[in-house]
Amino acid sequence: MSLTREDVTYVANLARLEFSEDEVIALADQLGAVLDYAETLSGLDTSKIKATEHVLAVQNVFRADEIESCLTNEEALANAPESEAGCFKVPRVME
Amino acid sequence: MELYQKTIHEINDLLDKKEVTVTDVTQAVVNRINAVEKATDAYLSLQTEAALEAAQGLDAELSGRAKRTSLEGIPYGLKDNMCTKGILTTCASKMLYNFNPPYNAEVYDRLSEEGGILLGKTNMDEFAMGSSTENSAYKKTRNPWDLNKVPGGSSGGSAVAVAADTAFYTLGSDTGGSIRQPASFCGVVGMKPTYGLVSRYGLVAFASSLDQIGPFTKDVEDCALVLNAIVGHDAKDSTSLNLEKTDYTQTLKQGVKGLKIGVAKEFFGEGLQPEVRKSLEDAIAIYKTLGASIVDVSFQHLDYALSAYYMISSAEASSNLARYDGIRYGFRAEEYSDLVDLYKKTRSQGFGDEVKRRIMLGTYALSSGYYDAYYKKAMQVRTIIKADFDQVFGGCDVLLTPTAPTTAFGIGEKTSNPLEMYLTDIYTVPVNIAGIPGVSIPCGLDNNGMPIGMQLLGPILSEETLLKTAWAFEHESGLTNLKAPLGTEV
Amino acid sequence: MEYEIVIGMEIHIELGTKTKIFCSCPTEFGQDENTHTCPVCLGMPGVLPVLNEKVVEYATRAGLALNCEIAHFSKMDRKNYFYPDLPKAYQTSQFDLPICTGGVVGIEVDGVKKDIGITRIHIEEDAGKLLHESADGTLLDVNRCGVPLIEIVTEPDLRSAEEARAFAEKVRNILEYTGVSDCKMEQGSMRFDVNLSIREKGSEVLGTRTEMKNLNSFRALIRAVQYESKRQIIELKKGHTIIQETRKWDDTKGTSSSLRSKEEAHDYRYFPEPDLVPIVLEPAYIEKIKSELPELPEAKKQRYIDEYKLPEYDAGVLTTTGVTARFFEDAVALYNEPKQISNWMMVEIPPLLKENEVSMENISITPAQLVELLKLVKNNEISGNTGKEVLKEMFSTGKNPGDIVKEKGLAQMSDTGELEAIIEKIVSDNPKSVEDIGAGNEKAYGFLTGQVMKATKGKANAQVANEIIRAVVAKHLA
Ligand SMILES: [Zn+2]
Repeated sequence: MSLTREDVTYVANLARLEFSEDEVIALADQLGAVLDYAETLSGLDTSKIKATEHVLAVQNVFRADEIESCLTNEEALANAPESEAGCFKVPRVME
Repeated sequence: MELYQKTIHEINDLLDKKEVTVTDVTQAVVNRINAVEKATDAYLSLQTEAALEAAQGLDAELSGRAKRTSLEGIPYGLKDNMCTKGILTTCASKMLYNFNPPYNAEVYDRLSEEGGILLGKTNMDEFAMGSSTENSAYKKTRNPWDLNKVPGGSSGGSAVAVAADTAFYTLGSDTGGSIRQPASFCGVVGMKPTYGLVSRYGLVAFASSLDQIGPFTKDVEDCALVLNAIVGHDAKDSTSLNLEKTDYTQTLKQGVKGLKIGVAKEFFGEGLQPEVRKSLEDAIAIYKTLGASIVDVSFQHLDYALSAYYMISSAEASSNLARYDGIRYGFRAEEYSDLVDLYKKTRSQGFGDEVKRRIMLGTYALSSGYYDAYYKKAMQVRTIIKADFDQVFGGCDVLLTPTAPTTAFGIGEKTSNPLEMYLTDIYTVPVNIAGIPGVSIPCGLDNNGMPIGMQLLGPILSEETLLKTAWAFEHESGLTNLKAPLGTEV
Repeated sequence: MEYEIVIGMEIHIELGTKTKIFCSCPTEFGQDENTHTCPVCLGMPGVLPVLNEKVVEYATRAGLALNCEIAHFSKMDRKNYFYPDLPKAYQTSQFDLPICTGGVVGIEVDGVKKDIGITRIHIEEDAGKLLHESADGTLLDVNRCGVPLIEIVTEPDLRSAEEARAFAEKVRNILEYTGVSDCKMEQGSMRFDVNLSIREKGSEVLGTRTEMKNLNSFRALIRAVQYESKRQIIELKKGHTIIQETRKWDDTKGTSSSLRSKEEAHDYRYFPEPDLVPIVLEPAYIEKIKSELPELPEAKKQRYIDEYKLPEYDAGVLTTTGVTARFFEDAVALYNEPKQISNWMMVEIPPLLKENEVSMENISITPAQLVELLKLVKNNEISGNTGKEVLKEMFSTGKNPGDIVKEKGLAQMSDTGELEAIIEKIVSDNPKSVEDIGAGNEKAYGFLTGQVMKATKGKANAQVANEIIRAVVAKHLA
């Protein structure tokens, strides 16, 4: 199966990426090739196979409900491209 | 041999006998960096002045103290995807060009506690996605064995720093072979430990269920020393294993007599460079003379591993890299019309092509209607691959394979075809899928004088067996602390 | 045609843990912006979550209190979407294997009892806060990011705004009791999403539904349901079809409007969270939490009726919140007069709470102080009316009732000698009243009592005074 340009555009929007028309064409080709290669997977009957989410059987890892020190407001915002009044700033969000 | 060319354990001897000081050692490696770094471009940023200062401080302290730990005063490098407080951590991406983490990776804390001396942060493929370090947004690292060849990747800078003697050891991260393959290409020892053995806290995530930190060293004994320092439970990483501490040097020299070494034809298939095959056959012969028995083993489903790997790793990456949005840190596009445009412009300008490709692939694999066919399927294949390894390790202690189908390829040779680049990982990715440990050690040179790597694999938590198997070969073959023909001044 | 409203609810409740769900930042409400953050809740590169054990405990407790099955195996998943209040660009939540499933909550509306099914309860993290205070942009405060939530999802079993309200109140009541949350609506600790559709009465098929998000008061819940059901019925009557969409409720305007976004339909790309390991709860753990559950409102109400012989109405009011019930029980433990305590708690205390703008949680008097007051009244040391005055004083000053009575000289006059002298004088001064009484006009006693009260500034013990008045009058008539 190959990827259509519409597929590429749909996925790009989901991933908050944008591409030029040429890039969309190239991506449809390149991703299509990888997906075609991945088609080998469909030949394998996995209907009775459990998915492995974790390779090791670790479970119930919790932390105690204890407060530790936070970053200061200055530290939290130190890397921010834009900030105002102790907050991160983004373009106006319509609700 | 120059001081900077020595292994950690050789330097340890000299330091313990007080024949050299930490400053001598650090100055030697800093001089070496000054001499060859411009040719190799292993580092993205250097801390040489801070390193020398730390060395002097440590010397003053050590003069009044009898004992020092195994890595105390040993200069090293960190892949630039491990967070270092107050030191830029870029992941070789424009996206994090100015990122100054307010926290440390757990491994950096551990090495600092050991008295390690950080020389700098090493180059890599952007966000660890790649097999040649050509996907760095900043520079192309060159293979010291041939400056026109790639060092492998994604931890190319870390491999080169050790190969070019510009660090005594480095740490890399391995998601699908990113330590073992560059180790193989650069003629050094590189190990990916069992998933969960080394804390991932502060390692910028690529694919969370596959990522693992490990060492690059000049020989196997050094590998054991570094492993001793970085292995251990970390409460900040829920997937970190809580085990008793192991001293990996203890069993290192026990030999391989009676050990069952498996060889699987699936790892010696089409596309394997003839010299690589020959070199591995020679290694097998050496193991026989050392008293190991060689057994034929086979895999049923190895062909599926690469596809499953690219689905799982890309899916996880698409989610892990969603946080780079130009709001709280890192790059933000200069011009945008609204919030959605800010996201799109920032991410499209901040990420390189390969990263965007993986995000696209992973987003697609998780999207509505394709989840079952790609992501879920890959997670099921993971179960099957694991079962394959279990069955194989039922018949042998260690599996011997090539690390990569070929030796290092030319810079620019595979950049135009992503799938061809992905295929270079074919022998390394099954290991990450199964979570098992693997080590790559040099086992010869090809006709062009490029290093060949041998990969030794074992079941979960078989690091001791792997290291002892690797050490036995290294000791017998003399293929240890190889020196790239780089000269002292490039 | 007769229409039927079909409602399903999703209730988000912030758990009352000290720290956030995946990091050690405090959950405290109302702090300065971006002062309760760390690399983990800021979604910085390379950091990892570790699940707060109390979150699992509280979710289990909530599930048991709402009669759910607790899953032996559950896991966390990532729900991926971009929004500035979500630093990681995914919300760590639970998708296909939530911690609780299949509960039920009984409600009663206009005397009709009904069971409302709970589909599931899952654990997740709260998002940050967007502030619209900047002149040319939106500001982000990350303090609330990672505050633990449970989301309770119901079956579409509710049929009216009143049922929705009754259900929401019942859930709040139960969860507040179990101590998993303070359920403070005004702080956003409890928020409702409503899925609503209309169908022909008797039909088995569900109509197209709309979703209204983040209703954060009972009033908003009721009004939003009323508005939306009316809107849908009008649409249907006009022959229009209902569009499946998310709608925003505007509480000030009292209307809802479509939130049809230009963006793609949501494709959340859920997948298992690789950074967190499964939650496996053994029966012993679940049993232990169960055994530690406090008495829930319904059982408590019944006990108040049986044990304290309270009317059903009193028992219902006193068990509305855990705080009220605790106050009542503490008082009864000190003073075994449940009905008297209940009367004062139901009649006298609520107006004072309102007047002082406090709630039962931060009431300024203690059960012991109330009991002391009631004993003063019971022992005729002060009158009931004086008691009310004293209670008011207690509210504003926090002083003990005994001290207030002493300071203000409010103690009743029960000293018969002193009273006799006063009454003798009053009776002598009012021969007309004695005459009237002699003529059979009993009302004249009231006049005399009033005079005594006036003379004693209300401190005379009314009962004692009455007895003396009768005796003195009898003497004069004789
Ligand atoms: Zn935090």
